[in-house]
Amino acid sequence: MRRLSRAGRDALTDLWLAGPATVMMIVLIFVPVAIVALLSFTDYQFGARSFRFVGLENYTTLFTDPIGRRAVTNTLLYVAVVIPFSMGLALLVAMALHEMATWSRMLSNVLRAAYFLPVAATLVAMALAWQMLLHPSIGLFNAVLSHLGFPRQDLLSDRGLVLYTLAAIGIWQTIGYNMVLFLAGLAAIPRHLYEAAEVDGADRPWERFWTVTWPMLGPTTLFVAVITATQSFRVFETVATLTDGGPAFASETLVYALYREGFVYFKAGYASAITMVFFAFVLALTLLQFRILERRVHYK
Amino acid sequence: MSTRLLVRRAVSTTFVLLGAAIVLLPFVWMLSVSLKPADEIFTREIAFLPTRFEWSNYVEAFTAVDLTRYLMNGVVVCVGILVFQILLAVPCAYALTQRRFRARTLVFGMVLAGLLVPYHVTAIPIFLGLAQLRLLDTYTALILPFVASVFGMFLFRQFFAQIPSDLFEAARVDGLSETAIVWRIAFPLAWPAATAFAVFSVTAHWNDLFWPLIATSDRALATPPRGIVYFNDQESGSDVGPLMAAAAVVTAPLVIGFLLAQRAFTQGLAAGGLKG
Repeated sequence: MRRLSRAGRDALTDLWLAGPATVMMIVLIFVPVAIVALLSFTDYQFGARSFRFVGLENYTTLFTDPIGRRAVTNTLLYVAVVIPFSMGLALLVAMALHEMATWSRMLSNVLRAAYFLPVAATLVAMALAWQMLLHPSIGLFNAVLSHLGFPRQDLLSDRGLVLYTLAAIGIWQTIGYNMVLFLAGLAAIPRHLYEAAEVDGADRPWERFWTVTWPMLGPTTLFVAVITATQSFRVFETVATLTDGGPAFASETLVYALYREGFVYFKAGYASAITMVFFAFVLALTLLQFRILERRVHYK
Repeated sequence: MSTRLLVRRAVSTTFVLLGAAIVLLPFVWMLSVSLKPADEIFTREIAFLPTRFEWSNYVEAFTAVDLTRYLMNGVVVCVGILVFQILLAVPCAYALTQRRFRARTLVFGMVLAGLLVPYHVTAIPIFLGLAQLRLLDTYTALILPFVASVFGMFLFRQFFAQIPSDLFEAARVDGLSETAIVWRIAFPLAWPAATAFAVFSVTAHWNDLFWPLIATSDRALATPPRGIVYFNDQESGSDVGPLMAAAAVVTAPLVIGFLLAQRAFTQGLAAGGLKG
């Protein structure tokens, strides 16, 4: 056997190190993305022997069919509810814990862990715990309601309330994550800025917040907003566990529609179009996130 | 200390304590129901604590459904995915920072582009591919789609980029092969990145419901979330005690892991936010 040149050996080593990962990336990510894009223009059904190209038909169906439109509008509404509440509460908690750390680091750390717990917990299991808590007859929530003289509510079977109930669970699950990001942002604000603000007459907490904290947290806030949005767009576990998109499609979301149309009804072509719309939303948000990260790096 | 400051602290402390109580409420209620005897569950009275602890719900959870099997499946799937992810990502990340080859920029570009793709997007084609290969309803179907973690490659690459290349050069002079350098020098150095990545990966896949719902219909292959969804579907309303016990058992490993290793968990999960 002829001995390989040094360059040849080097090339083989590179191939051995980076080749497997590259091949798997192509096979498991890039080829599938191309296929799903292509399928979204067909009427392909799982198991069918043939398919034909139908142009934009799947996309028009998604945006004109009442159920398809529900999936899109519900997802947007869910995201629009989760973002402000999750972020606002996370910021309040982060500021309170940041201040608390100056007089009791231990209590602050314990509470921080408590708020972060839902992030690590299994969402499907916790969704069932929420279901118990909100149970119309034996749940704590309704026991309290009826104790206070209000009528009992079945929050997960009420068409008007179900999406907001799921959003509340989404908020519950993401506050801890956003709190950690805000705490990091708060820790990075130099103390002397507060002293300077105080010298300039901003001595009330509210004034300090608007003159120092809020402007300095700007990049963090944007980053948190985009992350919360991309996470919320994927809402699936709570829907699949608690409502199956119901009642009457009132809690239908994009990823749940993609699952049901594709893997329950086997409409691969239509499900691919749903996938592409979901992807477009997430892609736009993630690209925005990269731009923010980049700006944050330049800023330093 | 001024009174105003004291009042402010009292208000904000009350606020965070109240908030924490609400955040912890589902955990408390889950444990409480799982420990209550049936007659105390089906009551309209408000009681946080059971009057007597009833462990039979936990026994029932392990016998009514094959919870042990689900937990084992969860371990097999999470460990399988993590091992393959590291086997692929670490050498690739090393090559991307410590070696000069022509396709390097292209491969790194692919890693960055891959970060933009949520795994829901590739579900339909991968399902089709697995069906073609007759691999649906196998452990392979649960593990294979996740072996190429672009997030792992990115994380390790960022870490290796900070290590001075003199270190690896010295190892080469000592006659170590590149493969040996990757696993005996680079990987141990990257331990912090590996811990963060392991936390991220295990949490994501232990908790995942989407893919197991698609790739398997065989109950014997159910992962923990899939398993409790089966339990919830078959449960007619009388088994809520055992159901909450099963939910508590499934959540316990990660929650205990988090409480024991808060730093690693927070860092690992916070880093995961970079993934699109």
